[in-house]
Amino acid sequence: MTEHAMETEEHFAGSNKLFFSIWVWLLLLTGFEVFLGYIQLPVVYMLVILMGASIIKAALIVAYFMHLRFERLPLVLTIVPALVICICLMLLVFFPDSFRSRALRSPAPATTPIEKP
Amino acid sequence: MATEAQVIPSDWGGGRLPYRVGHRKLGMWLFIMSDSLTFSALLIAYAYARASNVWPTPFKFYPSIIFSSVMTLVLLSSSLTMVMAVSASARAQKSTARKWILATALLGVTFIVLHMIEWRHLITEGLTPFKLPAEWAEKWPGASPLFGATFFGITGMHMFHVATGCIYLLIVSGRVNKLKHEDVEISGLYWHFVDLVWMFVFPMIYLLSIDMTK
Repeated sequence: MTEHAMETEEHFAGSNKLFFSIWVWLLLLTGFEVFLGYIQLPVVYMLVILMGASIIKAALIVAYFMHLRFERLPLVLTIVPALVICICLMLLVFFPDSFRSRALRSPAPATTPIEKP
Repeated sequence: MATEAQVIPSDWGGGRLPYRVGHRKLGMWLFIMSDSLTFSALLIAYAYARASNVWPTPFKFYPSIIFSSVMTLVLLSSSLTMVMAVSASARAQKSTARKWILATALLGVTFIVLHMIEWRHLITEGLTPFKLPAEWAEKWPGASPLFGATFFGITGMHMFHVATGCIYLLIVSGRVNKLKHEDVEISGLYWHFVDLVWMFVFPMIYLLSIDMTK
């Protein structure tokens, strides 16, 4: 085996039992999400809990199925922080503005009557 | 200042793979990074359009949510078969790896078929990229017609990735004896990424659009 091949193939890790248990966890989290939809929580609670569950599922897939947990730390540090920061920046720019747009489109009724001159 | 003897044996001194992955695998990771940003931008645009408009929530728990949950189960199972393929390939069991890869592609095709049935159902109801069905427009007065654009745009983009992945996997399964283990692993990375994206599309598009009215 060449040095290159040895360098690239030595990092494969994880047993089939581990992967199967990750799959079961992913199914359980999906079942939990669907259950939340069935009991019909308010949309804000749904959004927060669903996004939390989705991030956990994404982390499980990236860490175990995509083997990032078994890769070297420099690769993880090259990929993950940049991506997270970019997504957070996009959210920071666009999400607050969406509520401003809605307020402009359908302004809330005035709480005090406007005085006539 | 470091001497030559101190620099060359280090990971970053040249002549080594500092990440311990080949250039093709690193390339796939970089592609996945850029594609993640593409899907993030699409989903954030969807959230922006949704938060700034009256938005229809048309999906009944049965059949729409149950149907999309089955699609999720199929895609999650395809990830398990893919990881089994990579595992078999790591043990140099090429024939077993080929069977798992083909099973993955088959589950991918099943996902596409289920998704096309879902699309057909919505199109029959009258949903187009820029127009809501008359019944929805009546039920949610002033609702944004962008529902169709975001729904077909995001799920269509995802389905395109699944279809591309199926073709990719079929090619890999046909050439698995000639390919190195790392090549099988790279195809696995792509497939798991497609699965990962659906973990955000499913709750954002379907579960947050459940029809609360009885």
